[in-house]
Amino acid sequence: MGPLLQPFLDNEFLQRALLAGVLVALACAVVGTFVVLRGLAFIGDALAHGVLPGVALAILLGMPGLAGAALGAAAMIGGVSLVTRRSQLSADTAIGLLFVGMLALGVVMVSRSDSFTGDLVRILFGELLGVSRADLGLQAVATVVVVATTLLLSRPFLLLCIDPEQADVAGFPSQRYHVIMLVLVAATVIVSFQTVGTLLVFGMLLAPAGAGALVARRISSMMLIAAALGSLSVYLGLLASYHFDLAAGASVVLVAVGLFFVTFAVTGVLESRRRSAPSNTSTATTGVSA
Amino acid sequence: MNAAHHQAHPDDGPALQATGLTIGYRGAPVVTAIDLDLPRGAVLALVGSNGSGKSTLLKTLVGLLAPLEGDLQVLGKPAGDRHHRPSPGRAATVAYLSQFHLERSALPLRARDVVRMGRFARHGLWGRLRQADHDAVAAAMARMGIEHLADAALRALSGGQRQRVHLAQVLAAEADLLLLDEPTAGLDAPGHERYEQAVADETARGAAVVVATHDIGEAARADQVMLLAQRVVAYGPPPGVLVPDNLLETFGIALRNVDGELLRTGDDHGHDHPAGDDHRHGHGHPGVAPAEQPRRLPPGH
Repeated sequence: MGPLLQPFLDNEFLQRALLAGVLVALACAVVGTFVVLRGLAFIGDALAHGVLPGVALAILLGMPGLAGAALGAAAMIGGVSLVTRRSQLSADTAIGLLFVGMLALGVVMVSRSDSFTGDLVRILFGELLGVSRADLGLQAVATVVVVATTLLLSRPFLLLCIDPEQADVAGFPSQRYHVIMLVLVAATVIVSFQTVGTLLVFGMLLAPAGAGALVARRISSMMLIAAALGSLSVYLGLLASYHFDLAAGASVVLVAVGLFFVTFAVTGVLESRRRSAPSNTSTATTGVSA
Repeated sequence: MNAAHHQAHPDDGPALQATGLTIGYRGAPVVTAIDLDLPRGAVLALVGSNGSGKSTLLKTLVGLLAPLEGDLQVLGKPAGDRHHRPSPGRAATVAYLSQFHLERSALPLRARDVVRMGRFARHGLWGRLRQADHDAVAAAMARMGIEHLADAALRALSGGQRQRVHLAQVLAAEADLLLLDEPTAGLDAPGHERYEQAVADETARGAAVVVATHDIGEAARADQVMLLAQRVVAYGPPPGVLVPDNLLETFGIALRNVDGELLRTGDDHGHDHPAGDDHRHGHGHPGVAPAEQPRRLPPGH
Protein backbone atom coordinates (compact mmCIF):
# COMPACT_ATOMS: atom_id res chain seq x y z
CA MET A 1 0.00 0.00 0.00
CA GLY A 2 2.92 2.28 0.84
CA PRO A 3 4.15 3.16 -2.65
CA LEU A 4 0.55 3.63 -3.84
CA LEU A 5 -0.52 6.18 -1.21
CA GLN A 6 2.59 7.38 0.62
CA PRO A 7 3.78 9.80 -2.09
CA PHE A 8 0.47 11.69 -1.85
CA LEU A 9 0.54 11.73 1.96
CA ASP A 10 4.11 12.98 2.08
CA ASN A 11 4.00 15.67 -0.60
CA GLU A 12 1.54 18.53 -0.57
CA PHE A 13 2.38 19.40 -4.18
CA LEU A 14 1.25 15.90 -5.20
CA GLN A 15 -2.00 16.31 -3.28
CA ARG A 16 -2.68 19.56 -5.09
CA ALA A 17 -1.77 17.95 -8.42
CA LEU A 18 -4.13 15.04 -7.73
CA LEU A 19 -6.99 17.35 -6.77
CA ALA A 20 -6.43 19.65 -9.76
CA GLY A 21 -6.15 16.67 -12.09
CA VAL A 22 -9.38 15.13 -10.81
CA LEU A 23 -11.17 18.46 -11.27
CA VAL A 24 -9.89 18.60 -14.86
CA ALA A 25 -11.00 14.98 -15.32
CA LEU A 26 -14.53 15.76 -14.08
CA ALA A 27 -14.98 18.77 -16.38
CA CYS A 28 -13.47 16.86 -19.30
CA ALA A 29 -15.73 13.85 -18.65
CA VAL A 30 -18.90 15.92 -18.91
CA VAL A 31 -17.83 18.15 -21.80
CA GLY A 32 -15.87 15.38 -23.52
CA THR A 33 -19.01 13.23 -23.64
CA PHE A 34 -20.60 15.74 -26.01
CA VAL A 35 -17.31 16.26 -27.89
CA VAL A 36 -17.27 12.51 -28.60
CA LEU A 37 -20.99 12.10 -29.32
CA ARG A 38 -21.24 15.15 -31.57
CA GLY A 39 -17.95 14.63 -33.37
CA LEU A 40 -16.45 17.90 -32.11
CA ALA A 41 -12.96 16.46 -31.66
CA PHE A 42 -11.41 18.60 -34.36
CA ILE A 43 -12.76 21.89 -33.02
CA GLY A 44 -11.72 20.74 -29.54
CA ASP A 45 -8.21 20.12 -30.80
CA ALA A 46 -8.17 23.43 -32.62
CA LEU A 47 -9.32 25.24 -29.48
CA ALA A 48 -6.67 23.50 -27.42
CA HIS A 49 -3.94 24.76 -29.77
CA GLY A 50 -5.55 27.90 -31.09
CA VAL A 51 -5.37 29.59 -27.70
CA LEU A 52 -1.57 29.72 -28.02
CA PRO A 53 -1.25 33.19 -29.63
CA GLY A 54 -3.68 34.57 -27.09
CA VAL A 55 -1.61 33.22 -24.24
CA ALA A 56 1.61 34.48 -25.84
CA LEU A 57 0.06 37.92 -26.32
CA ALA A 58 -1.07 37.99 -22.71
CA ILE A 59 2.42 37.10 -21.49
CA LEU A 60 3.95 39.80 -23.74
CA LEU A 61 1.56 42.39 -22.32
CA GLY A 62 1.99 41.16 -18.78
CA MET A 63 -1.65 40.08 -18.52
CA PRO A 64 -2.87 36.83 -16.97
CA GLY A 65 -2.48 33.93 -19.42
CA LEU A 66 -6.09 32.95 -18.82
CA ALA A 67 -7.38 36.19 -20.35
CA GLY A 68 -5.24 35.64 -23.42
CA ALA A 69 -6.45 32.07 -23.76
CA ALA A 70 -10.06 33.24 -23.59
CA LEU A 71 -9.32 35.80 -26.31
CA GLY A 72 -7.71 33.12 -28.49
CA ALA A 73 -10.69 30.79 -28.04
CA ALA A 74 -13.17 33.57 -28.84
CA ALA A 75 -11.25 34.41 -32.04
CA MET A 76 -11.27 30.73 -32.94
CA ILE A 77 -15.01 30.14 -32.43
CA GLY A 78 -15.89 33.46 -34.08
CA GLY A 79 -13.63 32.79 -37.06
CA VAL A 80 -14.93 29.27 -37.63
CA SER A 81 -18.59 30.28 -37.48
CA LEU A 82 -17.94 33.30 -39.73
CA VAL A 83 -16.27 31.20 -42.45
CA THR A 84 -18.90 28.40 -42.29
CA ARG A 85 -21.81 30.86 -42.37
CA ARG A 86 -20.47 33.11 -45.14
CA SER A 87 -19.15 30.41 -47.47
CA GLN A 88 -19.98 26.97 -48.74
CA LEU A 89 -16.87 25.57 -47.09
CA SER A 90 -17.34 22.77 -44.61
CA ALA A 91 -16.71 23.27 -40.91
CA ASP A 92 -13.56 21.15 -40.88
CA THR A 93 -11.93 23.30 -43.56
CA ALA A 94 -12.75 26.40 -41.56
CA ILE A 95 -11.52 24.81 -38.33
CA GLY A 96 -8.31 23.59 -39.98
CA LEU A 97 -7.56 27.04 -41.41
CA LEU A 98 -8.09 28.82 -38.12
CA PHE A 99 -6.24 26.07 -36.26
CA VAL A 100 -3.06 26.20 -38.33
CA GLY A 101 -3.19 29.99 -38.61
CA MET A 102 -3.53 30.54 -34.89
CA LEU A 103 -0.86 27.96 -34.09
CA ALA A 104 1.57 29.56 -36.56
CA LEU A 105 0.81 32.99 -35.14
CA GLY A 106 1.51 31.69 -31.66
CA VAL A 107 4.83 30.15 -32.69
CA VAL A 108 5.85 33.35 -34.55
CA MET A 109 5.08 35.43 -31.48
CA VAL A 110 6.93 33.06 -29.19
CA SER A 111 9.94 32.92 -31.53
CA ARG A 112 10.37 36.71 -31.25
CA SER A 113 11.35 36.41 -27.61
CA ASP A 114 13.82 34.20 -25.78
CA SER A 115 11.95 34.60 -22.53
CA PHE A 116 9.13 32.46 -23.85
CA THR A 117 10.96 29.15 -24.01
CA GLY A 118 10.04 28.05 -20.50
CA ASP A 119 6.55 29.47 -20.80
CA LEU A 120 5.87 27.65 -24.05
CA VAL A 121 6.68 24.29 -22.53
CA ARG A 122 4.44 25.20 -19.61
CA ILE A 123 1.59 26.20 -21.92
CA LEU A 124 1.81 23.08 -24.02
CA PHE A 125 2.45 20.53 -21.31
CA GLY A 126 1.13 22.24 -18.21
CA GLU A 127 2.64 22.26 -14.78
CA LEU A 128 0.65 19.72 -12.89
CA LEU A 129 3.24 19.48 -10.13
CA GLY A 130 3.37 23.25 -9.70
CA VAL A 131 -0.34 23.92 -9.17
CA SER A 132 -0.91 26.67 -6.63
CA ARG A 133 -3.85 27.03 -4.25
CA ALA A 134 -5.17 29.85 -6.44
CA ASP A 135 -4.97 27.61 -9.53
CA LEU A 136 -6.85 24.96 -7.61
CA GLY A 137 -9.60 27.39 -6.62
CA LEU A 138 -10.01 28.56 -10.21
CA GLN A 139 -10.10 25.00 -11.48
CA ALA A 140 -12.76 24.10 -8.91
CA VAL A 141 -14.95 27.06 -9.91
CA ALA A 142 -14.55 26.24 -13.61
CA THR A 143 -15.39 22.57 -13.10
CA VAL A 144 -18.53 23.41 -11.11
CA VAL A 145 -19.67 25.96 -13.70
CA VAL A 146 -19.00 23.65 -16.68
CA VAL A 147 -20.67 20.62 -15.08
CA ALA A 148 -23.67 22.61 -13.82
CA THR A 149 -24.22 24.35 -17.18
CA THR A 150 -24.07 21.05 -19.02
CA LEU A 151 -26.57 19.42 -16.69
CA LEU A 152 -28.93 22.42 -16.88
CA LEU A 153 -28.84 22.34 -20.69
CA SER A 154 -28.96 18.57 -20.98
CA ARG A 155 -32.20 18.55 -23.02
CA PRO A 156 -31.04 20.73 -25.92
CA PHE A 157 -27.62 19.05 -25.77
CA LEU A 158 -29.23 15.61 -26.03
CA LEU A 159 -31.38 16.71 -28.96
CA LEU A 160 -28.30 18.18 -30.68
CA CYS A 161 -26.67 14.75 -30.45
CA ILE A 162 -29.64 13.07 -32.12
CA ASP A 163 -30.30 15.74 -34.76
CA PRO A 164 -29.98 19.55 -34.58
CA GLU A 165 -33.28 19.85 -36.45
CA GLN A 166 -35.04 18.02 -33.63
CA ALA A 167 -33.66 20.61 -31.23
CA ASP A 168 -35.02 23.43 -33.41
CA VAL A 169 -38.43 21.81 -33.69
CA ALA A 170 -38.61 21.28 -29.92
CA GLY A 171 -38.04 25.01 -29.45
CA PHE A 172 -34.32 24.95 -28.61
CA PRO A 173 -32.48 26.96 -31.33
CA SER A 174 -29.73 24.57 -32.41
CA GLN A 175 -27.20 27.25 -33.37
CA ARG A 176 -27.45 28.92 -29.97
CA TYR A 177 -26.90 25.68 -28.05
CA HIS A 178 -24.12 24.61 -30.42
CA VAL A 179 -22.21 27.82 -29.62
CA ILE A 180 -22.84 27.36 -25.88
CA MET A 181 -21.43 23.84 -26.19
CA LEU A 182 -18.30 25.19 -27.96
CA VAL A 183 -17.90 27.82 -25.24
CA LEU A 184 -18.01 25.06 -22.61
CA VAL A 185 -15.34 23.11 -24.52
CA ALA A 186 -13.26 26.28 -24.74
CA ALA A 187 -13.71 27.05 -21.04
CA THR A 188 -12.60 23.54 -20.12
CA VAL A 189 -9.56 23.79 -22.39
CA ILE A 190 -8.59 27.25 -21.18
CA VAL A 191 -8.79 26.50 -17.49
CA SER A 192 -7.09 23.13 -17.84
CA PHE A 193 -4.09 24.51 -19.72
CA GLN A 194 -2.63 25.55 -16.36
CA THR A 195 -2.65 21.99 -15.12
CA VAL A 196 -2.24 19.46 -17.92
CA GLY A 197 -1.44 21.99 -20.67
CA THR A 198 -3.25 22.71 -23.93
CA LEU A 199 -1.67 19.78 -25.76
CA LEU A 200 -2.82 17.26 -23.21
CA VAL A 201 -6.21 18.57 -22.14
CA PHE A 202 -7.36 17.34 -25.52
CA GLY A 203 -6.42 13.78 -24.55
CA MET A 204 -8.38 14.15 -21.32
CA LEU A 205 -11.39 15.38 -23.31
CA LEU A 206 -11.38 12.44 -25.71
CA ALA A 207 -9.91 9.33 -24.10
CA PRO A 208 -12.11 8.84 -20.99
CA ALA A 209 -15.31 9.87 -22.80
CA GLY A 210 -14.40 7.69 -25.77
CA ALA A 211 -13.96 4.69 -23.46
CA GLY A 212 -17.27 5.55 -21.81
CA ALA A 213 -19.01 5.62 -25.19
CA LEU A 214 -17.81 2.06 -25.85
CA VAL A 215 -19.52 0.59 -22.80
CA ALA A 216 -22.30 2.94 -21.68
CA ARG A 217 -25.95 2.50 -22.56
CA ARG A 218 -26.99 5.90 -21.24
CA ILE A 219 -25.35 9.31 -21.57
CA SER A 220 -25.36 9.81 -17.81
CA SER A 221 -23.48 6.54 -17.27
CA MET A 222 -21.08 7.50 -20.07
CA MET A 223 -20.23 10.66 -18.12
CA LEU A 224 -19.77 8.73 -14.87
CA ILE A 225 -17.51 6.14 -16.53
CA ALA A 226 -15.50 8.94 -18.16
CA ALA A 227 -15.16 10.73 -14.81
CA ALA A 228 -13.98 7.52 -13.10
CA LEU A 229 -11.49 6.63 -15.86
CA GLY A 230 -10.21 10.22 -16.03
CA SER A 231 -9.68 10.39 -12.28
CA LEU A 232 -7.99 6.99 -12.29
CA SER A 233 -5.70 8.23 -15.08
CA VAL A 234 -4.71 11.25 -12.99
CA TYR A 235 -3.89 9.05 -10.00
CA LEU A 236 -1.97 6.42 -11.96
CA GLY A 237 -0.21 9.02 -14.10
CA LEU A 238 0.98 10.99 -11.06
CA LEU A 239 2.11 7.82 -9.37
CA ALA A 240 4.12 6.74 -12.41
CA SER A 241 5.54 10.23 -12.74
CA TYR A 242 6.65 10.19 -9.09
CA HIS A 243 8.21 6.75 -9.08
CA PHE A 244 9.84 6.82 -12.52
CA ASP A 245 10.58 10.55 -12.75
CA LEU A 246 8.36 11.13 -15.81
CA ALA A 247 6.64 14.28 -17.05
CA ALA A 248 3.45 14.43 -14.97
CA GLY A 249 0.90 15.79 -17.47
CA ALA A 250 2.05 13.53 -20.29
CA SER A 251 1.99 10.49 -17.99
CA VAL A 252 -1.62 11.23 -17.02
CA VAL A 253 -2.71 11.50 -20.65
CA LEU A 254 -0.76 8.37 -21.62
CA VAL A 255 -2.60 6.41 -18.94
CA ALA A 256 -5.94 7.84 -20.14
CA VAL A 257 -5.27 6.85 -23.75
CA GLY A 258 -3.97 3.47 -22.54
CA LEU A 259 -7.18 2.89 -20.57
CA PHE A 260 -9.18 3.72 -23.69
CA PHE A 261 -7.40 1.01 -25.67
CA VAL A 262 -7.79 -1.50 -22.83
CA THR A 263 -11.53 -0.76 -22.79
CA PHE A 264 -11.59 -1.02 -26.57
CA ALA A 265 -9.89 -4.43 -26.51
CA VAL A 266 -12.06 -5.81 -23.71
CA THR A 267 -15.34 -4.68 -25.28
CA GLY A 268 -14.17 -6.05 -28.62
CA VAL A 269 -13.46 -9.48 -27.12
CA LEU A 270 -16.77 -9.51 -25.24
CA GLU A 271 -18.63 -8.47 -28.35
CA SER A 272 -17.11 -11.19 -30.53
CA ARG A 273 -17.74 -13.78 -27.79
CA ARG A 274 -21.35 -12.70 -27.54
CA ARG A 275 -21.76 -12.98 -31.28
CA SER A 276 -20.15 -16.39 -31.57
CA ALA A 277 -22.05 -17.78 -28.57
CA PRO A 278 -24.97 -19.97 -29.63
CA SER A 279 -28.04 -17.88 -29.05
CA ASN A 280 -31.71 -18.63 -29.51
CA THR A 281 -32.79 -15.17 -28.41
CA SER A 282 -33.66 -12.40 -30.79
CA THR A 283 -31.61 -9.27 -31.38
CA ALA A 284 -34.09 -7.47 -29.19
CA THR A 285 -33.50 -9.53 -26.08
CA THR A 286 -29.75 -9.47 -26.68
CA GLY A 287 -30.03 -5.72 -26.67
CA VAL A 288 -31.84 -5.71 -23.34
CA SER A 289 -29.27 -7.92 -21.69
CA ALA A 290 -26.31 -6.11 -23.23
CA MET B 1 -58.48 7.89 -43.51
CA ASN B 2 -61.49 9.70 -44.80
CA ALA B 3 -61.69 13.23 -43.49
CA ALA B 4 -65.44 13.01 -43.09
CA HIS B 5 -65.10 10.48 -40.29
CA HIS B 6 -62.73 12.48 -38.15
CA GLN B 7 -63.66 14.37 -35.05
CA ALA B 8 -61.90 17.40 -36.45
CA HIS B 9 -62.15 20.79 -34.82
CA PRO B 10 -63.81 22.93 -37.47
CA ASP B 11 -63.56 26.02 -35.28
CA ASP B 12 -59.82 25.76 -35.17
CA GLY B 13 -59.49 26.36 -38.89
CA PRO B 14 -57.23 24.40 -41.23
CA ALA B 15 -54.02 22.81 -40.03
CA LEU B 16 -52.12 24.13 -43.04
CA GLN B 17 -52.94 26.84 -45.54
CA ALA B 18 -50.58 28.11 -48.23
CA THR B 19 -51.09 30.49 -51.14
CA GLY B 20 -48.48 31.14 -53.80
CA LEU B 21 -45.82 29.66 -51.53
CA THR B 22 -42.24 29.45 -52.80
CA ILE B 23 -39.91 27.17 -50.86
CA GLY B 24 -36.17 26.65 -51.08
CA TYR B 25 -32.82 27.47 -49.56
CA ARG B 26 -31.57 31.04 -49.11
CA GLY B 27 -32.94 32.55 -52.27
CA ALA B 28 -32.59 29.38 -54.35
CA PRO B 29 -36.19 28.33 -54.96
CA VAL B 30 -36.91 24.62 -55.17
CA VAL B 31 -40.67 24.70 -55.69
CA THR B 32 -42.80 27.74 -56.53
CA ALA B 33 -46.50 28.54 -56.46
CA ILE B 34 -47.64 26.00 -53.89
CA ASP B 35 -51.27 26.25 -52.87
CA LEU B 36 -52.27 24.09 -49.97
CA ASP B 37 -55.28 23.65 -47.72
CA LEU B 38 -55.18 20.82 -45.22
CA PRO B 39 -57.98 20.50 -42.64
CA ARG B 40 -57.29 19.17 -39.17
CA GLY B 41 -57.71 15.44 -38.93
CA ALA B 42 -56.63 14.88 -42.54
CA VAL B 43 -53.61 13.25 -44.14
CA LEU B 44 -51.59 14.83 -46.95
CA ALA B 45 -49.10 12.67 -48.83
CA LEU B 46 -46.18 14.36 -50.60
CA VAL B 47 -45.00 12.18 -53.46
CA GLY B 48 -42.00 12.73 -55.71
CA SER B 49 -38.59 11.37 -56.54
CA ASN B 50 -35.43 12.38 -54.69
CA GLY B 51 -34.76 16.10 -54.94
CA SER B 52 -38.35 16.86 -55.91
CA GLY B 53 -38.87 19.21 -52.99
CA LYS B 54 -40.71 16.92 -50.54
CA SER B 55 -38.24 17.36 -47.71
CA THR B 56 -37.85 21.08 -48.46
CA LEU B 57 -41.61 21.50 -48.13
CA LEU B 58 -41.66 19.55 -44.86
CA LYS B 59 -38.81 21.67 -43.49
CA THR B 60 -40.67 24.83 -44.44
CA LEU B 61 -43.88 23.58 -42.81
CA VAL B 62 -42.06 22.69 -39.59
CA GLY B 63 -40.36 26.10 -39.49
CA LEU B 64 -36.77 24.99 -40.19
CA LEU B 65 -36.79 26.96 -43.46
CA ALA B 66 -38.46 30.32 -43.97
CA PRO B 67 -40.87 30.63 -46.90
CA LEU B 68 -39.18 32.52 -49.74
CA GLU B 69 -42.44 33.97 -51.04
CA GLY B 70 -46.18 33.70 -50.55
CA ASP B 71 -48.33 33.08 -47.54
CA LEU B 72 -48.16 30.09 -45.20
CA GLN B 73 -50.32 29.53 -42.15
CA VAL B 74 -49.43 26.65 -39.85
CA LEU B 75 -52.07 25.80 -37.25
CA GLY B 76 -53.59 29.23 -37.77
CA LYS B 77 -50.34 31.14 -37.26
CA PRO B 78 -48.16 32.65 -39.98
CA ALA B 79 -44.95 30.72 -40.66
CA GLY B 80 -41.82 32.61 -39.79
CA ASP B 81 -43.72 33.85 -36.78
CA ARG B 82 -42.09 31.46 -34.40
CA HIS B 83 -45.27 31.02 -32.42
CA HIS B 84 -46.37 28.09 -34.50
CA ARG B 85 -43.37 26.28 -33.17
CA PRO B 86 -43.48 24.96 -29.67
CA SER B 87 -41.37 27.25 -27.58
CA PRO B 88 -39.99 25.71 -24.41
CA GLY B 89 -42.64 25.34 -21.76
CA ARG B 90 -45.58 25.36 -24.15
CA ALA B 91 -47.61 22.44 -25.36
CA ALA B 92 -46.16 20.70 -28.37
CA THR B 93 -47.99 21.60 -31.55
CA VAL B 94 -45.76 20.26 -34.30
CA ALA B 95 -43.85 16.98 -34.29
CA TYR B 96 -41.30 16.20 -37.00
CA LEU B 97 -39.67 12.97 -38.09
CA SER B 98 -36.58 13.82 -40.13
CA GLN B 99 -34.94 11.54 -42.61
CA PHE B 100 -31.41 11.36 -41.31
CA HIS B 101 -31.73 10.45 -37.64
CA LEU B 102 -30.62 6.88 -38.21
CA GLU B 103 -26.99 7.83 -38.80
CA ARG B 104 -26.61 8.84 -35.16
CA SER B 105 -27.73 5.50 -33.85
CA ALA B 106 -24.44 4.66 -32.08
CA LEU B 107 -25.34 7.07 -29.29
CA PRO B 108 -25.42 5.57 -25.79
CA LEU B 109 -29.16 5.98 -25.38
CA ARG B 110 -31.94 3.58 -24.50
CA ALA B 111 -35.03 3.43 -26.68
CA ARG B 112 -37.02 4.96 -23.82
CA ASP B 113 -34.67 7.99 -23.67
CA VAL B 114 -35.26 8.73 -27.34
CA VAL B 115 -39.05 8.44 -27.07
CA ARG B 116 -38.98 10.67 -23.97
CA MET B 117 -37.41 13.46 -26.05
CA GLY B 118 -40.82 13.81 -27.68
CA ARG B 119 -41.99 15.41 -24.43
CA PHE B 120 -39.14 17.95 -24.12
CA ALA B 121 -40.93 20.57 -26.20
CA ARG B 122 -43.77 20.66 -23.65
CA HIS B 123 -41.54 21.24 -20.67
CA GLY B 124 -38.73 23.39 -21.96
CA LEU B 125 -35.29 23.31 -20.41
CA TRP B 126 -36.09 22.45 -16.84
CA GLY B 127 -39.77 21.51 -16.48
CA ARG B 128 -40.09 18.14 -14.77
CA LEU B 129 -41.57 15.26 -16.70
CA ARG B 130 -44.72 14.16 -14.86
CA GLN B 131 -46.70 10.97 -14.71
CA ALA B 132 -48.74 12.08 -17.74
CA ASP B 133 -45.50 12.37 -19.73
CA HIS B 134 -44.29 8.93 -18.70
CA ASP B 135 -47.72 7.54 -19.58
CA ALA B 136 -47.58 9.20 -23.01
CA VAL B 137 -44.10 7.73 -23.58
CA ALA B 138 -45.25 4.25 -22.56
CA ALA B 139 -48.38 4.49 -24.70
CA ALA B 140 -46.40 5.65 -27.74
CA MET B 141 -43.99 2.73 -27.38
CA ALA B 142 -46.89 0.31 -27.02
CA ARG B 143 -48.50 1.71 -30.17
CA MET B 144 -45.32 1.04 -32.14
CA GLY B 145 -44.95 -2.39 -30.47
CA ILE B 146 -41.60 -1.63 -28.84
CA GLU B 147 -42.52 -1.59 -25.15
CA HIS B 148 -40.31 -4.66 -24.58
CA LEU B 149 -37.35 -2.72 -26.04
CA ALA B 150 -37.73 0.26 -23.70
CA ASP B 151 -34.47 -0.42 -21.87
CA ALA B 152 -32.56 -1.71 -24.89
CA ALA B 153 -29.57 0.26 -26.13
CA LEU B 154 -30.39 2.10 -29.32
CA ARG B 155 -27.31 0.67 -31.05
CA ALA B 156 -28.45 -2.89 -30.32
CA LEU B 157 -31.63 -2.34 -32.36
CA SER B 158 -32.12 -3.09 -36.03
CA GLY B 159 -32.82 -0.28 -38.49
CA GLY B 160 -36.54 -1.06 -38.52
CA GLN B 161 -36.70 -1.13 -34.71
CA ARG B 162 -34.93 2.24 -34.55
CA GLN B 163 -37.42 3.67 -37.01
CA ARG B 164 -40.20 2.49 -34.69
CA VAL B 165 -38.44 4.21 -31.77
CA HIS B 166 -38.32 7.51 -33.66
CA LEU B 167 -41.95 7.15 -34.72
CA ALA B 168 -42.87 6.52 -31.08
CA GLN B 169 -41.03 9.76 -30.20
CA VAL B 170 -43.25 11.65 -32.65
CA LEU B 171 -46.40 9.99 -31.26
CA ALA B 172 -45.35 10.75 -27.67
CA ALA B 173 -45.41 14.47 -28.50
CA GLU B 174 -49.22 14.33 -28.92
CA ALA B 175 -48.85 17.11 -31.47
CA ASP B 176 -51.55 18.86 -33.50
CA LEU B 177 -49.53 18.51 -36.69
CA LEU B 178 -47.26 15.58 -37.56
CA LEU B 179 -44.69 16.06 -40.33
CA LEU B 180 -43.10 12.76 -41.32
CA ASP B 181 -40.25 12.39 -43.80
CA GLU B 182 -40.36 8.84 -45.20
CA PRO B 183 -41.68 7.32 -42.00
CA THR B 184 -41.97 3.76 -43.33
CA ALA B 185 -38.30 3.50 -44.39
CA GLY B 186 -36.94 0.21 -43.06
CA LEU B 187 -40.21 -0.88 -41.41
CA ASP B 188 -41.24 -4.53 -41.71
CA ALA B 189 -44.85 -5.51 -42.47
CA PRO B 190 -46.05 -5.50 -38.83
CA GLY B 191 -44.28 -2.18 -38.30
CA HIS B 192 -45.98 -0.82 -41.37
CA GLU B 193 -49.35 -1.92 -40.00
CA ARG B 194 -48.71 -0.29 -36.64
CA TYR B 195 -47.63 2.91 -38.37
CA GLU B 196 -50.84 3.02 -40.41
CA GLN B 197 -52.96 2.37 -37.31
CA ALA B 198 -51.08 5.13 -35.48
CA VAL B 199 -51.73 7.63 -38.28
CA ALA B 200 -55.41 6.67 -38.26
CA ASP B 201 -55.55 7.21 -34.48
CA GLU B 202 -53.73 10.54 -34.68
CA THR B 203 -56.11 11.88 -37.30
CA ALA B 204 -59.10 10.51 -35.35
CA ARG B 205 -58.15 12.73 -32.40
CA GLY B 206 -57.95 15.72 -34.76
CA ALA B 207 -54.25 15.89 -35.63
CA ALA B 208 -53.23 16.60 -39.22
CA VAL B 209 -50.50 14.47 -40.80
CA VAL B 210 -48.18 15.35 -43.69
CA VAL B 211 -46.09 12.47 -44.93
CA ALA B 212 -43.38 12.44 -47.58
CA THR B 213 -43.39 9.04 -49.22
CA HIS B 214 -42.36 7.00 -52.25
CA ASP B 215 -45.21 4.61 -51.54
CA ILE B 216 -48.02 5.21 -54.02
CA GLY B 217 -50.19 2.79 -52.05
CA GLU B 218 -49.87 4.91 -48.93
CA ALA B 219 -50.53 8.07 -50.94
CA ALA B 220 -53.71 6.52 -52.34
CA ARG B 221 -55.06 6.08 -48.80
CA ALA B 222 -54.37 9.71 -47.83
CA ASP B 223 -57.03 12.42 -47.95
CA GLN B 224 -54.88 14.59 -50.21
CA VAL B 225 -51.88 13.97 -52.43
CA MET B 226 -49.36 16.45 -53.79
CA LEU B 227 -47.12 15.27 -56.60
CA LEU B 228 -43.83 17.15 -56.65
CA ALA B 229 -41.12 17.33 -59.31
CA GLN B 230 -39.43 20.61 -58.37
CA ARG B 231 -42.88 22.03 -58.98
CA VAL B 232 -46.40 21.00 -58.08
CA VAL B 233 -47.42 18.48 -60.73
CA ALA B 234 -50.83 17.91 -59.17
CA TYR B 235 -52.62 18.41 -55.87
CA GLY B 236 -55.96 17.16 -54.61
CA PRO B 237 -57.75 13.98 -53.53
CA PRO B 238 -55.87 10.83 -54.60
CA PRO B 239 -58.20 9.47 -57.31
CA GLY B 240 -57.76 12.50 -59.54
CA VAL B 241 -54.10 13.06 -58.78
CA LEU B 242 -52.67 9.58 -58.94
CA VAL B 243 -53.34 9.07 -62.65
CA PRO B 244 -50.74 7.54 -64.98
CA ASP B 245 -49.88 10.77 -66.80
CA ASN B 246 -49.22 12.66 -63.56
CA LEU B 247 -47.13 9.83 -62.19
CA LEU B 248 -45.15 9.64 -65.43
CA GLU B 249 -44.50 13.34 -65.19
CA THR B 250 -43.55 13.10 -61.51
CA PHE B 251 -41.18 10.19 -61.80
CA GLY B 252 -40.45 9.61 -65.46
CA ILE B 253 -39.42 12.92 -66.95
CA ALA B 254 -36.21 14.70 -66.15
CA LEU B 255 -36.37 18.41 -65.47
CA ARG B 256 -33.55 20.81 -66.06
CA ASN B 257 -33.08 24.22 -64.58
CA VAL B 258 -31.98 26.67 -67.27
CA ASP B 259 -31.71 30.35 -66.46
CA GLY B 260 -33.94 29.90 -63.49
CA GLU B 261 -36.67 28.28 -65.54
CA LEU B 262 -37.69 24.71 -65.21
CA LEU B 263 -37.85 23.00 -68.55
CA ARG B 264 -38.81 19.50 -69.43
CA THR B 265 -36.10 17.63 -71.28
CA GLY B 266 -38.38 14.74 -72.20
CA ASP B 267 -40.59 15.35 -75.20
CA ASP B 268 -44.11 14.97 -73.93
CA HIS B 269 -45.45 18.26 -75.20
CA GLY B 270 -47.34 16.56 -77.96
CA HIS B 271 -49.06 14.21 -75.56
CA ASP B 272 -52.63 14.64 -74.64
CA HIS B 273 -53.66 14.46 -71.01
CA PRO B 274 -57.42 14.49 -70.95
CA ALA B 275 -57.71 12.87 -67.53
CA GLY B 276 -54.91 14.72 -65.84
CA ASP B 277 -55.12 18.24 -67.20
CA ASP B 278 -57.51 19.50 -64.57
CA HIS B 279 -55.10 18.56 -61.86
CA ARG B 280 -51.87 19.68 -63.38
CA HIS B 281 -50.14 22.90 -62.64
CA GLY B 282 -49.02 24.98 -65.56
CA HIS B 283 -48.69 22.28 -68.13
CA GLY B 284 -46.48 23.83 -70.79
CA HIS B 285 -45.44 26.51 -68.31
CA PRO B 286 -43.72 24.50 -65.65
CA GLY B 287 -43.52 26.20 -62.31
CA VAL B 288 -46.45 28.50 -62.91
CA ALA B 289 -49.68 27.67 -61.15
CA PRO B 290 -53.04 28.22 -62.74
CA ALA B 291 -55.17 30.85 -61.10
CA GLU B 292 -57.60 28.35 -59.67
CA GLN B 293 -56.47 25.07 -58.32
CA PRO B 294 -58.99 22.26 -58.28
CA ARG B 295 -59.51 20.88 -54.81
CA ARG B 296 -62.49 18.63 -55.42
CA LEU B 297 -62.83 16.28 -58.29
CA PRO B 298 -65.96 16.31 -60.40
CA PRO B 299 -67.97 13.10 -60.08
CA GLY B 300 -66.84 10.39 -62.39
CA HIS B 301 -63.13 10.71 -61.70
